Amino acid sequence: MSEIAVAPRPLLVDLLALALRFLRAHREVSVMLALIALMALVGILAPLLAPDPAAINPANRLKPPSAEHWLGTDHLGRDVYARLVFGTRTSMSVGFSVAAATTLIGVVIGLYAGFARRGGAIVMRINDAMMSIPAVLLAIALASLMSQGLTAVIVAITIPEIPRMVRVVRALVLGVRQQPYIAAAVSIGTRGVPLVMRHVIPNTLGPVLVQATYACASAIIASAVLAFLGVGTSPDVPSWGGMMADARRQFRLHPDLMLYPGLALSALVLIVNILGDRLSDAMDPRKARRGIL
Amino acid sequence: MILYVVGRLLAAVPTLLIVAIFIFGLVHIAPGDPAILIAGDNANPEQVDKIRERLHLDRSLPVQFGIWFGNAVTGDLGTSVYSGRPVTELIAQRVEPTFLLALYTIVLTVIIAVPLGTIAAWKANGWLDRAIMGFSVAGFSVPVFATSYLLIYVFAVELRWFPVQGYKALSKGPVETLVSLTLPSIALALVFAALIARVTRAAVLDVIHENFVRTLKAKGMGTRRILVTHVLKTAGVPIVTVIGIGLAALIGGVVVTESVFNIPGIGRLTVDAIVRRDYPVVQGIILFFSLTLIAVNLVVDLSYALFDPRVRG
Repeated sequence: MSEIAVAPRPLLVDLLALALRFLRAHREVSVMLALIALMALVGILAPLLAPDPAAINPANRLKPPSAEHWLGTDHLGRDVYARLVFGTRTSMSVGFSVAAATTLIGVVIGLYAGFARRGGAIVMRINDAMMSIPAVLLAIALASLMSQGLTAVIVAITIPEIPRMVRVVRALVLGVRQQPYIAAAVSIGTRGVPLVMRHVIPNTLGPVLVQATYACASAIIASAVLAFLGVGTSPDVPSWGGMMADARRQFRLHPDLMLYPGLALSALVLIVNILGDRLSDAMDPRKARRGIL
Repeated sequence: MILYVVGRLLAAVPTLLIVAIFIFGLVHIAPGDPAILIAGDNANPEQVDKIRERLHLDRSLPVQFGIWFGNAVTGDLGTSVYSGRPVTELIAQRVEPTFLLALYTIVLTVIIAVPLGTIAAWKANGWLDRAIMGFSVAGFSVPVFATSYLLIYVFAVELRWFPVQGYKALSKGPVETLVSLTLPSIALALVFAALIARVTRAAVLDVIHENFVRTLKAKGMGTRRILVTHVLKTAGVPIVTVIGIGLAALIGGVVVTESVFNIPGIGRLTVDAIVRRDYPVVQGIILFFSLTLIAVNLVVDLSYALFDPRVRG
């Protein structure tokens, strides 16, 4: 156990130092994070890395790879490589946004459910009921009810994702509340928001982060499912799921059009899931090689 | 025991009610007039009025919900805006392929996942364990439609062992049905098995260090026999629980798989209804699937009463 400095240094500096120490101790976590950063970079720099993904050229459709079109062209003569690179943007932004929104909302509701006695029970009832609605189905229905666009997709995927986070956070809060350090903090007069911010949230951070990672992975799949089924996302926005939907008609003759986006999608989700698993292992005190948190 | 069963049944009632309110609210949380939303962009004002009247959209929300829920309880989920047929009838027509697909998938999942998970726990941290767990992470990372097309390419297009898509009804012979559902079931089972293998490993690992296992070993019982007849029996409860909970994910997968393999089940009905903005059908399907989930998990819960003497009380 390391000593945690109490007052003078700002919290952010402490957190950064802690994060660095954590990354150094867990190489696989760092590797996965680096890969994700790389893919995020590809998404951000997409306009520099690839030509226009929307340029239609009917005379040049379904062409094999060439110097001009590295991975060939699709049924409208669009550059497959460009669509693949720009598709990274869609998947990454949905994954990150859903993970962030789920965490934020889930932590707030989970904290309430963990602290409020009567209200908490009601919240959990509603939460459990929400979990008995199949998530993908709910996301499809929500996306179809809203106007087309990435925001609608993000909202539609976030709503069914929240109950799982709430459950994780509440269980953690109930555990933390029993800890002697909470009793100690209360006994010296810490209460309300400072108690939660300083003592409860930091001690639930690990598992919440793991859950956020899994939410990110499942959001990337869900957004691909929506695009594949043609719900919510506009077909003009290049996305891996949308590319696979387009590839259906040419599947027998051009299975490679299905292969590239399928591989990209699987690779990204795999990386995020491995990150989640390694984080979970790293946070597990029974498996930790040395005390980090 | 009876108290436990009654308690469980009663606990399911509020869950059902909340789910119903939520599904009812779906159409109403969307911005705009639900009547126009349901009628579609091409409807004239008369058609919109007709829908408003039929769905009682001119009444207050609680009254609307009361009518809708009252009908739903008696098995009336309304009528399809697109075809004018009762939603219950549409669902009933499509139950066979979906039910068989889910059942086939669960059977395959158990056959694949339980042995793999047990072996992984038995050889914990060895190379076999790493390999199986690696397969497991890959299994639920690859989206089911990607796996589906890979299977179609290898086993239907290249090897021609199975049809590319389509479904043969049970009435035309169960073998044909089984053949037509094999690829979609494998695609779904790979995802589902990944999850169950993990849970099995964790459950078996928990049990494997118990004292009774050491006693059996000391008495000279073979490892295989201990694992199969004693450890799995104890680890069975969490495994069955997760199969029940995992059904939610499986239903999502069914919707996608049916669409890929062109199987005329409830999943296809969902996608068609969404594309046609046929919201009574969408609501009916979600309610139907949620009910199924609640019922299955209730049965799983109740089955503890049979297996676990602590619950039996």
